[in-house]
Amino acid sequence: MSVGSFDFVPVILWTDALIFALLGVVLALVWFIRRHPHLRAPWRSVARRPMTVGAALVLVVFVFIGLLDSLHYREKLSDSLPGHPQYSVEVLSAFDALVGRLRTQQEKTYSAPLALRLYAKEFIERDGMTVRDYPRLKYGGAHLKKTDAHASDIAWRIFAGLGQGLAASLLLFGLLAAWQARRHDTAFGDWLAAWRTGHLGWPGRTLVLVLGLMLMLGAAMAHLAADYHVFGTDKVGQDVLYISLKSIRTGLVIGTLTTLVTLPLAILLGIAAGYFRGWVDDVIQYVYTVLNSIPGVLLIASAVLIVQVAIEAHPQVFDTAAARADIRLLALCLIMGVTSWTGLARLLRGESLKLRTLDYVEAARAFGVSHVRIISRHIFPNVFHLVLIAVVLDFSGLVLAEAVLSYVGVGVDPTMYSWGNMINGARLELAREPVVWWQLGAAFVFMFTLVLAANLFADGVRDAFDPRLEARR
Amino acid sequence: MKPLLRVDTLITKIGAARVVDGVSFRVEAGETYALLGESGCGKSITALSLMRLLPDGGRIVSGAVRLGDTDVLALPEREMRRVRGGRMAMVFQEPMLALNPVIRVGDQIGEALSLHQGLAGAAAREAARALLDSVGVPDAARRLDTYPFELSGGLRQRMMIAMALAGEPELLIADEPTTALDVTIQAQVLGVLRDLRATRRMGMLLITHDLGVVAENADRVGVMYAGELLEEGARDAFFTAPQHPYSRMLFEALPRTGDGGRLATIAGQVPRLDAPLPGCRFAPRCPFAIARCREESPGWRELGGMRVRCHRAGELPTDSVRERIAHSATAHVPQTLLQVEGLKMYFPIRRGVIPRTVGYVRAVDGVDLAVQAGRTLALVGESGCGKTTVGKALLRLIEPTAGTIMLGGETVAAKRMPALRRQAQMVFQDPFSSLNPRMRVADILLEGMEALGVDTRGKRRGAVARLLSQVGLPDDAGDRYPHAFSGGQRQRIAIARALAVSPRLVICDEPTSALDVSVQAQILNLLKDLQDDLGLAYLFITHNLAVVEYLAHEVAVMYLGRIVEQGPAGAVLHTPRHPYTQALVGALPRIEPHAGRRIIRLAGDQPSPLNPPAGCHFHPRCPHASAICRQTYPQQTDLGGGHWVRCHWVAEQGKDFPG
Repeated sequence: MSVGSFDFVPVILWTDALIFALLGVVLALVWFIRRHPHLRAPWRSVARRPMTVGAALVLVVFVFIGLLDSLHYREKLSDSLPGHPQYSVEVLSAFDALVGRLRTQQEKTYSAPLALRLYAKEFIERDGMTVRDYPRLKYGGAHLKKTDAHASDIAWRIFAGLGQGLAASLLLFGLLAAWQARRHDTAFGDWLAAWRTGHLGWPGRTLVLVLGLMLMLGAAMAHLAADYHVFGTDKVGQDVLYISLKSIRTGLVIGTLTTLVTLPLAILLGIAAGYFRGWVDDVIQYVYTVLNSIPGVLLIASAVLIVQVAIEAHPQVFDTAAARADIRLLALCLIMGVTSWTGLARLLRGESLKLRTLDYVEAARAFGVSHVRIISRHIFPNVFHLVLIAVVLDFSGLVLAEAVLSYVGVGVDPTMYSWGNMINGARLELAREPVVWWQLGAAFVFMFTLVLAANLFADGVRDAFDPRLEARR
Repeated sequence: MKPLLRVDTLITKIGAARVVDGVSFRVEAGETYALLGESGCGKSITALSLMRLLPDGGRIVSGAVRLGDTDVLALPEREMRRVRGGRMAMVFQEPMLALNPVIRVGDQIGEALSLHQGLAGAAAREAARALLDSVGVPDAARRLDTYPFELSGGLRQRMMIAMALAGEPELLIADEPTTALDVTIQAQVLGVLRDLRATRRMGMLLITHDLGVVAENADRVGVMYAGELLEEGARDAFFTAPQHPYSRMLFEALPRTGDGGRLATIAGQVPRLDAPLPGCRFAPRCPFAIARCREESPGWRELGGMRVRCHRAGELPTDSVRERIAHSATAHVPQTLLQVEGLKMYFPIRRGVIPRTVGYVRAVDGVDLAVQAGRTLALVGESGCGKTTVGKALLRLIEPTAGTIMLGGETVAAKRMPALRRQAQMVFQDPFSSLNPRMRVADILLEGMEALGVDTRGKRRGAVARLLSQVGLPDDAGDRYPHAFSGGQRQRIAIARALAVSPRLVICDEPTSALDVSVQAQILNLLKDLQDDLGLAYLFITHNLAVVEYLAHEVAVMYLGRIVEQGPAGAVLHTPRHPYTQALVGALPRIEPHAGRRIIRLAGDQPSPLNPPAGCHFHPRCPHASAICRQTYPQQTDLGGGHWVRCHWVAEQGKDFPG
């Protein structure tokens, strides 16, 4: 799909703005960390762990898709008058533009992965007679004239995809090797030998291996997806692969934006409680004990319902369905943040209680340094590793929580693509005869990959920041 | 006769570092062998190698350890478990960490008894009580049912010793058994160990960094440095004439009575053990090193009853390497800088559902102090006597309950805090917790100047460079983080931080107790130089009397929140009058042969400041206590020359023999 320079108008949803703000903060943080050796050191040790680097690579792919999916726009209607452009109510993203036909190739209803025919019988005309049978799909495998070429076509596409992926990764690897060999002034062969034996000082083997695998898998998928529905289609005939890929953004938004709410609350209140003690501590502890004793689902359900009512009362503010779904997603992030800051706050309170008695804080007090300065220069930098570990660990928990909440019905908007909604839909599909399993399966595969990668990454980060392990390094 | 323990060229690696490198020694039955060395020299790892209890990543590379006829390194783990605790037992440094806090001590001792002697029930209890009796725990039967937190440090360490004895070991390994204890308690515990060794004819491997402890307890001594034994011999020979330059410098680094000169320091640092080390390991720091020392590792030589590994042994000058500098005896004009009157620090104890104050911990209970400008007042006492609290209350880090603090003739009030903070600063005990690991050294030094608005921004940068050179750190130190520095260097940074606002009084809270002897000497020299150059006054808070003798002009001895004796340093330390001071001075392990020194061994522990004993606080432990001591707190008795004491017994003597 090609769009001219004036054929669309950019749409910035609330979550888009926040995601890119977050991206900016992360980049600024990276820049800041690079300039401070004591902050950089643990990250270097993160980069030396093969498992962590592999997981990070997978995460990067997910994040990249999520970011592409956050560049929203509305297309100009083809029949709008020149000078009076009118734009479609449908909000698309850069990702939609990239995958092109995957979005538009909609079947009538369910079809199995890589199938040629629909999953439901219909009356079709064949040789002049009306029979009840499984009709051919409109797009899936439509290029095949004869159905007996089906298996060989799929095999050929997989083979071609793997081959292309392999070629691409070999090319990349060659470039990497040449660059590295030149940079370190070693012979090409020597560098290869060092790479093979794992004596590079960074996990080169893992990096190349994971990258190669992902390229091969991606290429094979691309070849298949061009003319088939790789994960089948759902009830309304939408490609499940497309739905799953679109759900990545929802998962990432929930996992990251929620921490944006959590962090200021947890850091401010946690450190304040631990540092000031006395009545400040009492009040903050009281607040989070009360908050903790209310079931989280209850709060979340009521907050989501309130937002729902608010949206319906002010339809003029939210001009598109996407904007309505988006504000509900944001509300979900907010309320999940409000209910989940207590754990980190408690941790930070304990750490601050310990830190405030340390001699360097006493020394600062002996100089009459103000509380704000003591907290920002002495307490916060020394609890920062805890914050980081908590953020990375919480991420996977939040992605899973979204799925559970959507399943219960208080999660994201039902029209929004999310793994939770896919699983919710699968409830009825599994009760169907014959059973429709691919939607649940696809959601499971994607969620499993993301959460596993996030957990492995978190594990590496936690190990690198653990001062008890530091001594042994 | 076969030795009890024989260690032959033991090599232990942790990772790539050869932490113990070819150590050989033997311990006879009934003998105490002391392994002496500074932190990181491999003495604890030697002991753990003997027990085969190495930390993760540690392994014994080669060597032999024979306990009697048993080859310890060849035993399977099953058998080894029987040897540990059964034939070789270990006492660790920190009794609080070595005892399980949720199990009664009787049960913990019983566990060892059932394991090694197969005792259970009443028999085990009886055996445990007997063990506690043998380590001198009063009221043993009742103590069996207590938890570790109910016991004082000294009692806990005795429990540890009792537990180690439960298997009736032939060899007792004591790893710094008294380092965490106060001097009076240390003397008690070392006494217990000496008696046990004599009555049970155990061999004892005593691991310590303290020359005084070695001098009073060991039969033979081995000096370790960077994983190697450097020198070995009988105690008397060693203390009369140590042969290795390192041992000599350790002696020279010790502050000693009546010596105003500078302490000898050892330049440089212990070499890294993961690189190959040709030649003598001490050569880079040795003032006598010749070319051969750097190329060839010296072998063992017999010399004057000692075995020593040094190419130059025997040809070293015999006199002290210590510089003798005339004490700066400039006429001192008394001018009071700090005057404290009636300082009280009560911590309320709150109990109940709705917290009510039910009592007070009287940490500091009416202390009067005066520090002269440019002089040093040492505040001496055991842990828990309130001396650190005094220091913090003076800087108003904690708000005192009562009392007036006058600094430079002006009362310190909450309104005038910045003025106070420019005049008085503090140096803390532990240089590892007193520097923020996330701040660069320059930022650490600037912090005080910024907070108090000293100088303009441009001048402050220059001030940092000046401070660094003042405390003897390289110029580029400002851009680095604290973790790049050793303990001694960190303490220099901490001193520089205090000096940044040009104070007139520096409160030093045990500034050297976390440091090795040779590093302690550097810091003490530095403090003395700074006093001479800048005219600083110090309030030196410490439990180490040896340091006091070296540095202080005046001494105040504190017991349970009150000062019991105060006066010029010489008078208090050489003719102590209060029984408590006498006991403190007596309990200090000394390297000189102690002829004619009257030693008072204190029984029991310091009572809790929650409810101090009626009358004189010291009477329950005092050998001279009489009826009046139990009723009224004694008044000051002036002994002339600014020396006074609070003691009924001294007051009585004064009446009987006037003058």
